[in-house]
Amino acid sequence: MNKPLSPFPANSLRTGPDARGRFGEFGGRFVAETLMPLVLELEAAYEAAKADPSFQAELDVYLRDYIGRPSPMWLAQRLTDRLGGAKIYFKRDELNHTGAHKINSCMGQILLAKRMGKTRIIAETGAGQHGVATATVCALFGLPCTVYMGATDVARQAPNVFRMKLLGAEVKPVTSGAATLKDAMNEALRDWVANVRDTFYIIGTVAGPHPYPAMVRDFQSVIGNEAKAQLQAAEGRLPDVAVACIGGGSNAMGLFHPFLDDPSVRLIGVEAAGHGLDSGAHAASLSRGRPGVLHGNRTYLLQDEDGQITEAHSISAGLDYPGIGPEHSWLHEIKRVEYVAATDTEALEAFQLCCRTEGIIPALEPAHAIAHVAKIAPTMAKDQIILMNLCGRGDKDIFTVAEALGVTL
Amino acid sequence: MSRIAARFAQLKAEGRGALMPFLEAWDPDAATSMALLRGMPGAGADLIEIGCPFTDPMADGPTVQMASRRALDAGATMAHTLAMVREFRREDDTTPIVLMGYLNPILSYGVERFCKDASVCGADGLIVVDLPTEEADLLLPAARAHGLDVIRLVAPTTDDTRLPLVLAGSSGFVYYVSITGVTGTRTASADELAAAIPRIRAVTDLPIAIGFGVRSPAQAAAAVQAADGAVVASALIDTLAASLDGNGRATAHTVRNVLDEVRALAEAVRGAR
Repeated sequence: MNKPLSPFPANSLRTGPDARGRFGEFGGRFVAETLMPLVLELEAAYEAAKADPSFQAELDVYLRDYIGRPSPMWLAQRLTDRLGGAKIYFKRDELNHTGAHKINSCMGQILLAKRMGKTRIIAETGAGQHGVATATVCALFGLPCTVYMGATDVARQAPNVFRMKLLGAEVKPVTSGAATLKDAMNEALRDWVANVRDTFYIIGTVAGPHPYPAMVRDFQSVIGNEAKAQLQAAEGRLPDVAVACIGGGSNAMGLFHPFLDDPSVRLIGVEAAGHGLDSGAHAASLSRGRPGVLHGNRTYLLQDEDGQITEAHSISAGLDYPGIGPEHSWLHEIKRVEYVAATDTEALEAFQLCCRTEGIIPALEPAHAIAHVAKIAPTMAKDQIILMNLCGRGDKDIFTVAEALGVTL
Repeated sequence: MSRIAARFAQLKAEGRGALMPFLEAWDPDAATSMALLRGMPGAGADLIEIGCPFTDPMADGPTVQMASRRALDAGATMAHTLAMVREFRREDDTTPIVLMGYLNPILSYGVERFCKDASVCGADGLIVVDLPTEEADLLLPAARAHGLDVIRLVAPTTDDTRLPLVLAGSSGFVYYVSITGVTGTRTASADELAAAIPRIRAVTDLPIAIGFGVRSPAQAAAAVQAADGAVVASALIDTLAASLDGNGRATAHTVRNVLDEVRALAEAVRGAR
């Protein structure tokens, strides 16, 4: 039998993962046997959906009419002038329905869940953006929804907890560990293993067992695909640099993937340096972690010398995760993407800079990307272009920011 | 013949099933868990499972999660767990020891080094919860080279097409996860077990042990009527946890209460057939 024609050249970086769900040595399917048949069933269902034009056509309608895609591309002129270097474009995924990029993947996953005949949805959430997006699509399709959220995050993201409840979701606070995103994911996996017949687990990032890293990336690649076309229309060329923040890495993977085979485009992922990379309180898995296995995939993890997972820290709940999607680990090792870090303080400054120069209150997550843009833009020529994914809006963060700035609301 | 094969052969000759109690290494401290390990064969344990503490035990319910937490708080490491096995082997050269845990601490220790040290210390088998057959080539060569059985988990979701794949190359015994769920939550019915075990028997000659949800002496007896062994974990850890003082420290009752429960389970298992 002839091999099917690949849309990518032989030396493409966009063909992964392999049949075992691996990107280089990262990824895979490290789950208990109870879940393994489900993971295989999901992979088969996703492959079938991908090959079915009616699936993409249905998704496209929801992306356009419900989420509001394509999201605009915005030339951040005042920020560009302030920084005095490269021209800065924002890909405005914070304007999506529910205020972040998370819903791109939730919509794809729930349409797949429906195709598979699943009748109950679970999810984990850190900042609450993925939980809100999941609760939203569950309300839209009338499916019961349970969202696991670390108790620490429940406390610091109260507005999103209330949003999820308004949307009809059950929010279950998780008290194990540091009670943040990692622990919420453990608990969601425990729920899934106990409810294997009827439940679909909507994972929020490009992590978890294969096929999740590839599937979530594919759904999020709408970001980079749109941006590429929009920049082509506005400037007639590719960006010089594309920048995105990274927790698990879904918005970054969505932005980067369509550019992986364009070697002229520098790709930069910004991890959360928390109190500083050498403070012991950060979430920079690539800068300070080493490879291991957690949550179904082999990837860079924050861990101690005995392989125990250590707690991450970031002012941004959405970046507060001790791992990273496996494709990022691979792109890091082959050096196609540069991974840098921004501290809590730098993110807070960038947050305010964006508010005042562009009239956009960004989420604390993309504020880390803005912080790095602020570092590199002044070093670049004025005819160069930076494309940055503004992946979420900051309404959810105003209480955290007020507290950090010493303001009582 | 390995200790595991020898023990199951002996039990088969005696016409009875195996009791496999579980303890988490260093829960709640090194001395207490060592005393439990030493006392288990005398209390009627036929094989012993030792849990290797991990921060993120995804297949475990709250009971084992808390045991893991107590052990890590006490300073447990993989090297400590292996040292317990070595200590145990000074006095007991026949009771098989199976190490049960998650992959990351093994990777961190180094797969080859771990298998070598585990074997040298006297461990007989490994159960790695988050290492399904599809990924097992990561561990199998080193485990085989050092004479360790890699014990496979079979779940209610493992269908007949998948079963031969899961059991290919397995040794020691087969661990049947009797429920879809985490440890220590619910219990499979006798009917469910009666349907599940022959399905596995059709594919393998290895002994089959039933775990997840075996709590009481009656349930352990039912497990060895349906299969060849019963694994009891959460019920013993609950007893241990209930014996601790307000600061989570072991008391005079801790070792006695847990071993009394092992005795009651052993009596039920021995009288089951």
